[in-house]
Amino acid sequence: MAQAQPIVAPAVVRTKLSVDRVSVAFERDGKRTEVLRDIDLEVGDGEFVCLLGPSGCGKTTLLNAMAGFLSPSSGAIRVDGETVRGPDPRRIFVFQERGVFPWLTVEGNIGFGLSKLPKTERDPRIAHYIRMVGLQGFEKTYPQELSGGMKQRLEVARALAVNPDMLLLDEPFGALDSITRLGLRAELLRIWEAERKTIIFVTHDIDEAVQLADRVVVMSARPARIQEIVTIDIAHPRDISSPRYLDLRDGIFQQIGLAHKL
Amino acid sequence: MVGKENPQASQRQVLFQTFLKLHDSVCASARSAARANEDPQMPEDSAARMNLRLLWRPLAFIALLLVLWEIGIRRQPSHLLPGPWGVVGGILDLVHHGLLLKYVVASLFRVTWGFTLAVALAIPLGLAIGWYRRAELALNPILQILRPISPLAWIPIAILWFGVGDLAAVFLIFVGCFFPLMLTAINAVHSVPAVYIHAGRNFGLGSAALVRRILYPAVVPSLIVGLRITLGIAWLVVVAAEMIAVSSGLGFLIVDARNAGNRYDLVVAGMVIIGIIGLLLDFGMQSLQNIRSFRWGYSED
Repeated sequence: MAQAQPIVAPAVVRTKLSVDRVSVAFERDGKRTEVLRDIDLEVGDGEFVCLLGPSGCGKTTLLNAMAGFLSPSSGAIRVDGETVRGPDPRRIFVFQERGVFPWLTVEGNIGFGLSKLPKTERDPRIAHYIRMVGLQGFEKTYPQELSGGMKQRLEVARALAVNPDMLLLDEPFGALDSITRLGLRAELLRIWEAERKTIIFVTHDIDEAVQLADRVVVMSARPARIQEIVTIDIAHPRDISSPRYLDLRDGIFQQIGLAHKL
Repeated sequence: MVGKENPQASQRQVLFQTFLKLHDSVCASARSAARANEDPQMPEDSAARMNLRLLWRPLAFIALLLVLWEIGIRRQPSHLLPGPWGVVGGILDLVHHGLLLKYVVASLFRVTWGFTLAVALAIPLGLAIGWYRRAELALNPILQILRPISPLAWIPIAILWFGVGDLAAVFLIFVGCFFPLMLTAINAVHSVPAVYIHAGRNFGLGSAALVRRILYPAVVPSLIVGLRITLGIAWLVVVAAEMIAVSSGLGFLIVDARNAGNRYDLVVAGMVIIGIIGLLLDFGMQSLQNIRSFRWGYSED
């Protein structure tokens, strides 16, 4: 299980997701707003990629297009070579605003996407993911009675339960306090290392991006373009006080145009 | 004339206020009881004590009002307006003649039919209209025109279509409930967060499953609120309908008691019964809100 090889993104991996010259524009009151312009991106199978950019820059729009909730005005998004035409259980979106269903218990939420399985298969699977996100003892609890961090874990578990190839996370920890956030990042990394899903993670938090991702896609303000792609070549668990970490982090700070002194 | 009308009006006011208070307190104590029941740490007798603590204030207030009412009647005796004891006598009178149960059942029968029909038609229709934007654009103006027409304005048409009888009363209740329920259902659909719909589609749900597994559970809490309000309307309308269209029921009791010999003790008795039953109906609807999988819709945070 615990293989001794270093965890560094291998040089050659199969392409999981390709974004090919994607532009998205919205029309409102006869005015055309361009949100994304000419986005080109390839994500490898099992890779962890962060989309980083200022709020409102269109990261979420790109993620929505990847999920199939909206179709690009031009260009195409392909998953495993197949053009994305709508939402699909093979890639599950984890929402920024709590997307757990408040009318279902923890169990009910995790089992939501498993209704086609026979009970004998469904129940162990639910139990497995409850354990994975540490919600034992809360099986019959309704989300209303859970803390924000627990709700977010529940949503990740619900997504993982249907065994998707890809997770699309939209600032999943944005609304949580910083201590809970750190804990959940570690937990997400642990889950990712266990399950090796392809993860696209949208954030506006530079530290979060550098702590988590194999590659950080830095996006510009609207209309969003890819400004730079930074490869984070530090093995997990990452030492966030190492010179390399600080170097990469400062590089992104400068890239975004922020002075790193307050 | 005016002098005679006034105490009657103020008395009604007093009764109304009384029931409002009683209603609030019963609801509050029910809520706290529900909360107490969930708390495993709280022993049962302590929950009962909590109920008592919440109830004694409104009960004391009612007692005070009854005393004031009695004093008022004694100071300014009127041969028409009853005191509290007169009303109790009136209620006993009704029980003796077997009328109380008969009239209550008659009124509830009409409410049940009118309300159930309205629920069965208005809610599916409202959900569908809310779901399909185009249907709403087409239907909304006519709904907005029909909605403000008081159910009482339909009385002549109800009698024209259904004659004098139960059917006319049921129809009036139906009309009174239909529009508010439909608008509740439409708005309930609108207030479903898009996240839930997106998540449902993401997990591969088709339209039918989306309605059954996402839309329906997401709208239930707001529908229950609508049902509560509408059942209250139904109870208001039945009394008015019975004053005109039929010869039984609590509304009929009130006009009949006045017309047949100015039996104001029976009039006020009828009002008291109407108030108490209205309170119980609302209480029953409200208890739906305590169902665990619905409670998220009423969270206090």
